Amino acid sequence: MAKIELSFYPGCSSQKGATSSNYLVSAQTMCEELDIQLNEIPDWNCCGASIGYGGGGELPRLALSARNIALSEEHNSGQEIVATCAACWLSTREAKERLHEDEQMFKDANAALSEAGLKYQGEANVRHMVEVLVEDIGFDGIKSKVKKPLEGLKIAGYVGCQTNRPFGIAGESFENPKYLDNIVEAVGADSIPTYEKKVQCCGGALAFSEPEKSQEMIKGIIEAAYDNGADMIVTPCPLCQANVEIYQDNINDTYGTKFNMPVVYYSTLMSVAFGRSAKDAALDGQVIPAKQLEEIASK
Amino acid sequence: MSDLNTAMIEKYRSNFLKEVEANVEEGEWVKMCMQCGVCSGSCPLGKHWDHPPQEIFMMIRANKRDEVLGTDSMWMCTSCYNCIARCPRGLPITHIMHGLAVYSKRLGLTQKKQPTAEFSQIFWDNLMKKGRVNELKLGLSMYFKDGFGQGVKNAMANQKLGQNMMKAKRMNPMEFFGGHSVKDLSGFQSMVKKAQEIEEGNLKEAK
Repeated sequence: MAKIELSFYPGCSSQKGATSSNYLVSAQTMCEELDIQLNEIPDWNCCGASIGYGGGGELPRLALSARNIALSEEHNSGQEIVATCAACWLSTREAKERLHEDEQMFKDANAALSEAGLKYQGEANVRHMVEVLVEDIGFDGIKSKVKKPLEGLKIAGYVGCQTNRPFGIAGESFENPKYLDNIVEAVGADSIPTYEKKVQCCGGALAFSEPEKSQEMIKGIIEAAYDNGADMIVTPCPLCQANVEIYQDNINDTYGTKFNMPVVYYSTLMSVAFGRSAKDAALDGQVIPAKQLEEIASK
Repeated sequence: MSDLNTAMIEKYRSNFLKEVEANVEEGEWVKMCMQCGVCSGSCPLGKHWDHPPQEIFMMIRANKRDEVLGTDSMWMCTSCYNCIARCPRGLPITHIMHGLAVYSKRLGLTQKKQPTAEFSQIFWDNLMKKGRVNELKLGLSMYFKDGFGQGVKNAMANQKLGQNMMKAKRMNPMEFFGGHSVKDLSGFQSMVKKAQEIEEGNLKEAK
C-alpha cells in the first residue's frame, strides 16, 4: 500500500490532558500501522464545535474554520484535510461549502483572514478519518493488517450524529450506516447489525447544559447495547465517546441501573487488533476499562 | 427592550417573515417549509420544545414575533442534524434554529438563565481567549456560572467524574494556569474581531 499523506486537524479535545487525548494516541498508532502520515496543520484553532454558534454567530464562526483551511493550504499544500473529531470535520466542511456557495461570505471571510495575514481559497478536500479508512484503505485492507483478531467480542457500533449527518460517508444511509459494523467485522469481532440506537443522539454539547435530558438519551444508548448482548460500544466521535462513557455513574444513581459498559474508538479496536500494546491503543485512557481488549493486547 | 429590537420592530412592522429572511442565518429557507412535521418528529429532544421546528416555521409566517423570539425552544437543538437529513424540502433546519437562537439573543430577547444559551457564550468566550478550548476552565465556568456557593455544590456533585477523568489523564488541573493556545493569538483575535465587525455592520445596515 502506498503511503498516504494527509493534512491533519486534531482538534481541541485531542490535546494532551483533554477528553479525547486517548483518541489521538490510538489514531496515531492506527495510522502508523496503515502507513498513513499525518501532517498536523500548524497553529490550528478551535472550529467552534456545535455549540459556539450561540456566542459567535455566523461569520466569526465560519472564519475559525477558514483560518484552519487557509493554514493547511499554505503549509500542507495539495494535501487533503482530515479530522478525527466529528464536530471538527463537520464545521470545517460546512464552512467550506458555505463560503463556496455565498460569494459575499467568501469575501467577508477573506477580509477577516487578512487581519491574520492569511488567504482562504477553499480548494482542499475536507474528510473524516473514517472516510480514509473506508474509501482509501478499505475493509479488506484493514483486515490484512490484523495480527490479533478480536475473536469472541461482541461490539455495538454506535455511529452517533455528526459523523453520519448531514454529510455522512458516501454510499451509506443516514438511518442505518454499516461502515462501523464492517470495521468491527474486519478486526475479527462480532458486530451487532440489530443495534437500534446506532444513530441516536447522545445530547452532544447539551450533556453539559441539559444533563438530565441528555442522560435520558444516553441511558437508551447503553441499555440497547446490553439488550443486544454487547461487550462494549465503539464510536467514531469524541463527544459520543465521552458522553456515553463518563456519565454512567450518574445514570446509575438516577435510574438504579448497573451500567459498566466500556466505550472505545474504532482506532482503539484497530490498534489492539494490529498487535500494538495497551498503551499504544490508549487503553489507559478508559474511564470504564475495556478489560477484554487489555487481555488481547497483553497476549 | 434593546434599541436594536425596537429598530427591527419599526422597520419590519407586520412582516416577521421578511425580518427573518433578512437577518437570520439561512432564514430565506423558512418559506419553503410545507408543514409535514418530519423535523418535529425526528428531533431527539422534541418533547422538550414548546414549539418544535415545524410550528416555529408556521409561527414566523403568522407574524408571531414575540412568541418565536421569546421561546427557548431553539436552544433545545443538539445539532444532531436528523431534521436536515430527513426534510423532504431540504431545509437547513439545524442552521435556521441556530440562527433564530442567535438573533433572539442579539435582540436581548433570550430568556435569562437559559442554560444552553449561557453555555454557548461561555464556550465561545473560552475559545476566544487562547484560540483553543480550555476544557478545565470550560467546566469550571459552567459549574460556577450561578455564583460561588452553587459552584462548590456542582463541583462536589461531580467530584467523582473529575477524579475519573484525571486518573485517565483526560483532564489536567494544570490547564488552570494557561493551557493550550494558538501561537499567533493576536492574529487570531484580530481576525475574529474583524469578522464580528462585519457581521454587526450588516445587522445595523438592515436596521
